Formats: sequence, C-alpha cells, structure tokens
Amino acid sequence: MTEALAFYGFAAIAVVASLLVIAQRNPIYSVLLLIASFGALSGLYVLLEAPFVAVIQIIVYAGAIMVLFLFVVMLLNAPHEDTEYDERVHPLLRPGPMKFGAGLALLLIAELWWALGRSGDSGSFPAGAVASVGAIGRSLFTDYAFAFEVTSILILVAMVGAVVLARRDPAEQRISPLAVPENLEEEARVASSFGAGGPAPTENRP
Amino acid sequence: MTPLLIAQIVLTLFVFVMLLNSAAIMVYVERKVAALLQQRLGPYLVGPKGLLQPIADVIKLMFKEELRPRAADPLLFALAPIISATAAFAAFAVVPFGADTTLLGLLREPLRLQVADVNVAILVIFAIASMGVYGIVLAGWSSNSKYSLLGGLRSSAQMISYELSYGMALAAVLLIGNSLSLTDIVHGQAGTWFGFIPRWFIFLQPVGFVVFLTAGIAETNRAPFDFPEAEQELVAGYHTEYSSMSFAMFFLAEYINMVTVSAVATDLFLGGWQGPFAETIGWVWFLLKVAALLFFYVWMRWTLPRYRYDQLMAFGWKVLLPVAVVNLLVTAAGVLYFGI
Repeated sequence: MTEALAFYGFAAIAVVASLLVIAQRNPIYSVLLLIASFGALSGLYVLLEAPFVAVIQIIVYAGAIMVLFLFVVMLLNAPHEDTEYDERVHPLLRPGPMKFGAGLALLLIAELWWALGRSGDSGSFPAGAVASVGAIGRSLFTDYAFAFEVTSILILVAMVGAVVLARRDPAEQRISPLAVPENLEEEARVASSFGAGGPAPTENRP
Repeated sequence: MTPLLIAQIVLTLFVFVMLLNSAAIMVYVERKVAALLQQRLGPYLVGPKGLLQPIADVIKLMFKEELRPRAADPLLFALAPIISATAAFAAFAVVPFGADTTLLGLLREPLRLQVADVNVAILVIFAIASMGVYGIVLAGWSSNSKYSLLGGLRSSAQMISYELSYGMALAAVLLIGNSLSLTDIVHGQAGTWFGFIPRWFIFLQPVGFVVFLTAGIAETNRAPFDFPEAEQELVAGYHTEYSSMSFAMFFLAEYINMVTVSAVATDLFLGGWQGPFAETIGWVWFLLKVAALLFFYVWMRWTLPRYRYDQLMAFGWKVLLPVAVVNLLVTAAGVLYFGI
C-alpha cells in the first residue's frame, strides 16, 4: 500500500516535471525541473530496492551533469528561448531545425510504443544483480564489459575534443607573472557585460 | 507504536535540535577562538563569558527586515537558502554517532544511534553535498547582482573541483573498510595494533586524511578557500543580497556542513565512537573527536590567508586531485596484495 502510494507519487512527479521541462520558457526553470525529475526517478530506484543505482543517479545526473547545464545556461544569458521565427506560424511549418525535432519526437513515440508493447520481458537481469554494489560491479565488468569499455572510449573522445576546442593558441599565452590572473580578467569581462546571468528582463517574465 | 519507533522519532528530533545548537555553539567558539588567536577578548557582555551571545545574534537576525532586490527572481530567491539549509541537515541523517544502545535497559531491542541506516551511506552524503551546490548557484543567479553571480559561480566551480578529490579520498577508505556503510567502517576500526595504537584508518590512510580534510574545507567554503565570501572583491559573494533569516539559513548551512564534514571524517578516519568503554560512552569519544576537528577548522581560518582564485583552482586540479588518485591506486594495490 505504502509502496504503491510512493510509486504513484514519484511517477507523477517524474512525468509532470519532465513535461514542464519542455513547456517552460525559462531555461533555468527547465534545468531545475529536470533535476526534480531525476530526483523522482531516483526515488523509483529506491522502491526497486536498488539504493546504489538511486544514489548514483543523484550524484551523476542531478549532481554533476545538471550543475554543468546550469552553468552553461547562466553564462550564455538565455533568460528565454530565442524566438527568431515568426511566432504565429505553426512550429512544424517554420524553416530550420524544428522539423528535425519533430522527426525525432516521432521516432521517440514509435520507440516508446514498441518498448511498452513488450511488457514482462525483464528477465535479462538475474535477480539481485542491481541490489548490491558488488553484484553491479561484477556484471558490469564481466557480462557488459564490452559496452562499458566502448562507453568509456566515447567519453574519452568527447573529453579530448573538449580539450582541443578549449585550447588556446600557444602564441597568445604570454602572460607576465605580474599581470592580472586570467580568471580575474574573465570575471571582469563577465561582470562588465552585466546582464550575463541574473533573471534579467523582468518585463517579459510570465 | 513500539517503544523502538518512538525512540527513533525522538532521536531524529534530537539530532535536528542538536545540529541547530551546534551551529550556535560554533558561532560562539569561532568568535572566541578568533579572539584568542588575535589576543582580544571576544564576546563577553551577553551572559557569563559571553555565552549567550549566539542567542543575541539570532534575535538580532530574526528582527531584521527581509529584503529582496526588485530585479530578483522571487521564487528562486526564496528557494535557494532553503535548498542550502535542507541539504546541510539531510546529510547528517546517515552519520552514525555512537554504538547501539538500549538507553540503560529502557528498550528491549538496541537502538542504533543514527537517524537512517542506509547501506550506501557514504554515497548518500556525497549525493546530498552535490545538491547543496544548487542553493549557492541559485542564490547567486536569482539575486540579479554581479557580486552575487560571481560569488555563486566561483563557489560552485570550487565545490565541483574539490568534490573529485573528496570522492577519491572517500573511495580509498571504503576500499580498506570494504563497505559503503559508515557503521561497518567504524566497526572495522575497533581494537588496536600492537596493543597501543588504535586501529584507526588515519594510520592506514594518512594522505587520504589530509586530502579529505583539505577538500572538506574547500567544500564547505571555509578559509583559506572562502572565495564566495572574498569580501575585498565580492562584498559577500552569493549571499550579498540576502538579509535577516534567509541570510541566517546560509550561515546555518555553512556551520552544519562543517559539523557534518567533521563527523564524517571522524567516522571514516578517527574510529568514530571507538575508544575505551565504547559500548556505553562511545558518543562522548565521538563528540570529542568532532570537537577537535572543528577546532582545527576554526584554527585554520584565523591562521591562513586566503588563496588567490587561480591558485585555488591550480591547487585543486594539479596537486590535490593527482595526489588523491595516486593514493587511491596505491590503496587498491595494497588491498589486493595484502588482502585486508
């Protein structure tokens, strides 16, 4: 009884929060609602008696990844989603990436339809495989070793790419030890272009 | 309602009130120790030896006007201090602070001196600490002030950077303790080596202890890593625009986080409640160890000057993290070789 109540509570939070993520105009609120959704998912994992997965969900997704999202949103100063298209035209009729999004949405719906249709096919995990840390580690490094390693290479590629993109030209890097530290310069730039951050335009807020 | 359940509820309330008290006591201790180190008297007017000073402080804070900048985001501005304080209180829930007790025979079953016994307690603390960052980021952003924003960004960048070393130091201990449960780790530190050295993990993990304490100071945004509040540059950092009780909540969160980090360090490295007569007065040993660490915190704050921001980042990424990683690798190799 309690478990069912908790399940419906968490499930409702997850679904409503996820819907609100895409219904929000303000990206900061979208990020926060996504965190709420992750929190609810973590609650569902606890109900499935997988506390380790639940906590990892919070640490990795809600803790680490969403903080980066929040940083990017705050620094890019996008208090509202930019509307460079004519608002009166239906989204699907506008030019550009909207159509791609619609295609992806259709694909997602088809996948969901397919996945939900195959109910009861959850025998791929042996019982207790997600309950303890040891069991998760064992199945991750034996049965799923290939997938694990491929994922790690993918992340490594992304990291190398980020370093290459962020690297400066060595010729520019002549900073005398007496000069202002670069971070302070960066901060001064951000501060002077004030408005970069903060819930800026009050008049547009819903 | 079984007696055990009632005892559990009472215990939860007790821990909550005690955390509030610990913040008040820490404010007093901070001011007194600062005065001691600077050859001043410190607070001495309110109550005997100034002991009632925290109460006077709280009353002052409560009667201040609650201000909100006109350009601030009202919802997030109100939410940020709540997130900070909630995260600070929640993290302590999984910290065990004494051996199982029957309260001198009052209960039939033993009561565990811990609010929630989670078998992944260490990770829970880590997860809640990462939630606390949001309070600071949102406070900085929603205030709509440049000092707040920069303070919030600095502080969250700092917390994210030092969280890595913090996690690595934790991981080394749980390799030795062979468990993610803090209770099991404390149990693993019972007894002595050669009859006189207590089997605390600090002796197996001296490097890990130093890394943990350093990262812990940075995580709680305390001096010498207190950039969010670098007053010469940023006024008061992320809580510049806060006043009255919402400011007090940030203040409270900072002190409770200090207590939590000290308590976790005690459980992980200093043997928790282990000591002579641990079965009955274990919690006294626990309190003494936590108090020693808290004194160390205050001592550091009033001894060391603040780092520069780029030095802080360089230290975190180029010194502390490599040391923590090497420590973890050596520990893992040692555990594999000696089979601890």
